[in-house]
Formats: sequence, structure tokens, C-alpha cells
Amino acid sequence: MSGTRRQIGRVIATGGVVLALATAAACAPGDDGGSGTETKKEDVNTDISGVGDVTLTVWDQEVRGEQSKVMDQLNTAFEQKYPNVKIERVSKSFADLRKTLRLAITNDEPPDVVQANNGRSDMGQFVKAGLLQSLDGYAEAYGWADRFPDSVRALASYTDDGSTFGEGNLYGVPQLGEMVGLWYNKAKLAKLKVDPPKTTEEFEKVLQAAKDAGEVPIQYGDLDAWPGIHMFGFVQNQFVPRDDIRTLGFGREGGSWESDENVETAQTLADWADKGYFSDDFNGLGSDPAWQNFAKGKGVFLVQGTWMLAEDLVPALGDDLGFMLPPVGPSGEQTVTGGTGLPYAVTDASDNADVAAAYIDFITNEDAMKMMADAGQLPVVDSDQANVSGVRAEVFDAWNQVNSDDALVPYLDYATPDFYDTLTGNVQKLTAGDESPDDFLAALEEDYSGFVSENSGG
Amino acid sequence: MPDTSTVAPAARKPLREGRRQAGPPGEPRRVAYLYVAPALIVFALFMAAPLVYAVWLSFFEWDGLSASTWVGLGNYVDVLTDSELRAPFLHAGVLVVFFSFIPVALGMLIAGLMTRARLRGLGFFRTVLFLPQVVALTVVAVAWRKIYEPDGSLNDALRAIGLDSFARGWLGDENFALASIGVVGIWVGTGLCTVLFLAGLSKVPRELYESARLDGAGFFREFRAVSMPAVRGEMAVALTLTLVAALRTFDLVYVMTSGGPGYASTVPAYEVYDRAMQKGEVGTGVTIALVLMVLILLATMLINRLSETAGDA
Repeated sequence: MSGTRRQIGRVIATGGVVLALATAAACAPGDDGGSGTETKKEDVNTDISGVGDVTLTVWDQEVRGEQSKVMDQLNTAFEQKYPNVKIERVSKSFADLRKTLRLAITNDEPPDVVQANNGRSDMGQFVKAGLLQSLDGYAEAYGWADRFPDSVRALASYTDDGSTFGEGNLYGVPQLGEMVGLWYNKAKLAKLKVDPPKTTEEFEKVLQAAKDAGEVPIQYGDLDAWPGIHMFGFVQNQFVPRDDIRTLGFGREGGSWESDENVETAQTLADWADKGYFSDDFNGLGSDPAWQNFAKGKGVFLVQGTWMLAEDLVPALGDDLGFMLPPVGPSGEQTVTGGTGLPYAVTDASDNADVAAAYIDFITNEDAMKMMADAGQLPVVDSDQANVSGVRAEVFDAWNQVNSDDALVPYLDYATPDFYDTLTGNVQKLTAGDESPDDFLAALEEDYSGFVSENSGG
Repeated sequence: MPDTSTVAPAARKPLREGRRQAGPPGEPRRVAYLYVAPALIVFALFMAAPLVYAVWLSFFEWDGLSASTWVGLGNYVDVLTDSELRAPFLHAGVLVVFFSFIPVALGMLIAGLMTRARLRGLGFFRTVLFLPQVVALTVVAVAWRKIYEPDGSLNDALRAIGLDSFARGWLGDENFALASIGVVGIWVGTGLCTVLFLAGLSKVPRELYESARLDGAGFFREFRAVSMPAVRGEMAVALTLTLVAALRTFDLVYVMTSGGPGYASTVPAYEVYDRAMQKGEVGTGVTIALVLMVLILLATMLINRLSETAGDA
């Protein structure tokens, strides 16, 4: 025993010495980032054929089949157009990209173009640390303001201190659009002898009818926690006015999670769970088994994103698959949660900003959008030009309608850096009946108001 | 530093004694450092330096990207007083029971039975029992996630034998999620413990058992008087390994529940990842990791001490 004690003493002594040395030598981690470069329109060079040989490193997250192929084709086309540019593509899945990008972007030689997640804990922090370039000058030169609607640009805009999301400078441009709507099984609705429900009232009637007929009304699995964000948002779309959702979703001052409309939202969600409108034991069901069940013909509805379109649901259900926007509820407005694919941004340390911006313009131009549409993806703009049929046409039409009506509201987990955890955990509790709607909303409000007061104060 | 010779009797640790004291005549003591230098340098570079840097980081509030703020012991105060963090540490405590105590007890029992029964095909059973240990934990987690599904094989089995009321979405139930993860820990840990104890028991001379039986000892008496003392060392190893595994559980939680439902199955290691990698609270994450490390260190020291004390007794 004394030996052990002695060893510990030694470890502590050695540790102390090393610590003292480290303290003397090291300085505080992290740099004073300051604000990132802001290029003016006058300084922008849009003709990059004369810039000499450049290797452009691009980090994207398009690892899935169709979109990955599109990216390869676009890169090749870009290299053909500008033989002096070579594209080095690094492709990682969303989760891997998120983790590695944080390290790579602080490196002395980060990639030139990166696909950065829109939210505060990614793009917001990068902007705050001065690691991304404001693209305002390029936006003017390339006419991105005319090409991309406000709602799309807002999702990649921050003030240059990173504190306000949704306005300020533009830091990225996305390729794809996405929204969380209502997939439904047309054959099941026909069997229940009902039309696709347009209002919340009609929707609840169909849910009850489906339940009575022994069907699973809504396929829903929340074991992975994130589907809860979409389910709550889907209900909230029907009850809470758009502008209120935007205030809350962007984490801006002046909103309240405890408004009457939000109380109705939480109560409705709890009621649906209670009445058995979701899959059995939904909190123990993964999101993959849930949509796979729906694809196998079990379940009338599925609340899921349009990212399910290309490869997952269409091959399984074919013509039985339908898509529509959330029903219109007491708020009286058509609202849908959604956003864009991850925007392509230019790192502050990149020496090839002109080339990077030209590349971004190239992969988001009209031809590129058409290629993506042909590959079954939902392009963020120009979807009205696309030549598609069947359920694809339903999705594309819905997206056009959303954009012309300004009906898009942001994902709720953008609100604060902690909001993903706060919302997902509490939705699980609310739907399991472990938490009352009031307690649920109080938890959200605490996170939101705490962040808002800190964010505006400091 | 106290002189060891006054504390520990020289007869017990002659080797150490020799090294610590003057050493063989004519040989300067300090040259020994030269011999250990390569190892020491590697240790310093890859173990000590990162650890010291981690301690250094824990004094800052840092998002991993922009400038950091010195907060002194603020992170430690936060971690130790944060009620949200108490739950993960409590959960880790619960997992210790599942990952460590139960497998050790079960392993002991199985090993005792297997030794006593002189099974044919012992090697086969040993392999089967040990198998969970060699499968990557993420694979284990994916497999068990399927087993626990609402329509998974566990619920199917329950329904097949008429226990419908017990069937549930195990990982989605606040009261069962953590225990369900714990059961996987039993499944993984028991094999390791059994194999360790079997090795320990194989050292016991058969005569000891025979004489115990001649003296009229039953299974439990024999177990207590002969088997248990024989595997004391293995017991310490098994407890240490499983306890450390329990306290730093990450993969199972990450894959199976990501801490849910609600916050019912959060664990410290998951919080470290969540804070440092997802939320950009590097300082807090590192501090949790360090607190966890100290806990593990204390726990393993306690086990060592207990087994040594038992050995002296």
C-alpha cells in the first residue's frame, strides 16, 4: 500500500513539473478570430481563366449515390471549362463532415470550399471565429440575390459577429432544397374512402378513421431523437403563425415558447400520442425501421423530409406514394418546416476565393439545378423548370408553392446551441406522457430565453 | 520520500528493494534513467503531454474555434454543481452494477459450475462465452437495437409465450432504457469474467477440492473456502476491467439511444462527446472527461487496495 501511495506522490510531482513547464510555454487555446474577410464587388474577379494553375479543395457531404454522381459530373465540367483549375474533392457523410470540419477549418491550410451546416453550432461559430468569408461581393457580382429567394439566403446569413442568424452577410449558397412534409399511402386513403386532408380538422378525422380501421395512422419512430424535431415542427406548422416560428427558430428576441398557440401545439402532439395515432412504442422504434415499415405498406402517413424522395420511398411504393404539405390548421396559413441542403462556403484562409466563388456559382447555376432534378434531387431553385412526373412532381410543385408563398420556416434546432438536445429529449418525454405540455414548453422557453438574453447582452 | 525499507519488510519485496536502494556495487544509479529514457519519452509525448494539455484546456471556456476565455476552476464548479450532469454520473453508477458486479458474480458462478462438472467440450463453451468480447461494441449495439425493437425478437419471444404485457419498446421506455443497455453489458462482460476465473481455478490443485469434499463441504462451502480465495487476483482484474468499461461506456449509448428517451440514459462519456464535439463547449467536455478519469482512477485504486488487503489477511 505504501508503494501505491508513493507512486501516486511521484505521479503528482511529475505532473506538477510538466504542468509548470506547459503553463510557461503554452498560451490560451484558440486565436482571436476577429471577423472574416469581406470582399467588395470591385475586388471580385469573375473571370478565373487567367489566375494560373489552381488546385481547389472541396469538402462536401454528398456521399449518397445520385447526388454524389452529380457532383463528380459538375466537377469534371468545371475543370473542362477552366483547364487551369483542378478540383480535389473530399466527400464525407454529414455526421463525419461535421466533426472533422471543426478541426480542418482551424488548420493553417483548410479546404477552400466547405459544405457547412447552417446552424449556430456550426456555421454560426465559424463566422464568429472569422473562419468563413462573407460572400456579399460575389453575390452582387454573380447576381445571387436575384437567383435565390430571401428565405434561402437567410439560412446561410449571419451578422459578422455570428450572433444573429438569418440576416447580415451571406456566407454560403446551397444546391438542394428540403422540407418536412406529409408522405401518404394513396391506396390506404382510397381504402378508407377519404381524400388527402387539407386542414388539421380533416387530418385528425382521417387519423381516427385509420386507427379505427386497424391501420397505423402515422409511422413514427423517435428512438434516434431527431425525428421528434420534425414531428413537433409538423404540428407547430398548423397552429403557430409563421413569423412566430421564425423568431423562435432563428433564436431571435421577442418570441415565446409559452404562447397559446404553442400550448395548443404541445397539447395536440401529446393527444395524438395518447390516442395511438403513432406506431406502437414509437420511442423505442428507430427512424429507419419506421420509414421502412411505411415503405412496406404499413401505415397511412409518414412525416419526413423530401430527402427521402430519391432513393428510399419511390422504389418501394411506386404510384401509391403521395406527398403533400402539412395541413392548414388554426393559424390559417400554409407553413412548412424546411430549408436548404448544406450551403457551400469559402474558408477565410483560402487563397483562391475568386476560384472558389466561381466554383460555387457553377455548381448552383441553372444547368447544375437541372442535372440534380434529373437525378431525382430537389434543387433549391429552378424546380419549376424540371421535367418530372408522379410523386416527384408533387414534391416539386409543393416546393414551388412554398417558395412563392414564403411558407418556409427554419428547423427549430437552429434556435440555440443546446436546442437540439433540449427539444429532442423533451419531445420524447412529452409524447411518452412523462411530461405535461406546460412543463415541456417551460423547458424550451428556459433554453431559448437564456440564450437570447445572453446573446443580445454580450 | 519515506524510505521504503522502514515501511515494507524487505523480505516481501526484495526485488523492488534492490532497485530502489544502492543497487549492485560499482554501478551508478542514475544510468538507469538512460535505460528507461526511450519509454519515458514516448510516455511523456503521448500520455503525459495530452493529459497536461487536457488539464490546461479545462481552465478555459472555449468553442474549439475562436478565442478562449480563462475561467479558472469555473468549469469544475459547473461540472460538480450542474444538476444536469449529476444524472449521467448516476447512470454510470447504475451501469457499474450491470457491466461489472453482475458479470463478475455470474462469471464466478459459471466458472465454479464448469470446473466442478468437468464438462466435455469445455473449450467450445469457453469460446462461445468469450465471443461477445471480440465483437466490436458498435456491432453489438446495432444487433441489440434490433433485438429490443418494438417488433424485435425479444418482444416476439415474450408474445410467443403469452407475456404480451411485458412486451414494449425497451429502449424507448424511460424506466427500461438504461437497464436494457445494462443487460447488453452483462452479455458482453460475463464471458470475459468466466474465462478469467476458469483460468484462475485451473491453478487450484484437484486435491484441495477433494479434501474439501472429504471434509463434507457442499458446493457453496467449497466455493467460498477453495475457489474464491484462489481467484482473488483474477477477481481484481475482472473488476477493474469491467468497472472501467462501465464508467466510460460510450458506444452502446451512442448507437442505441443517444442518451434518450428524454435524458434517461445519458452517461458521462456521451456528455464529453456531446459538449466538446457537438455543442462547441470544449472546456466543459474536457472537464467532464477529467472528472471521469479521476473517478475511474479512484475506483481502480480501491479495488487494488481491497484485493491487496484481502491478500494480506
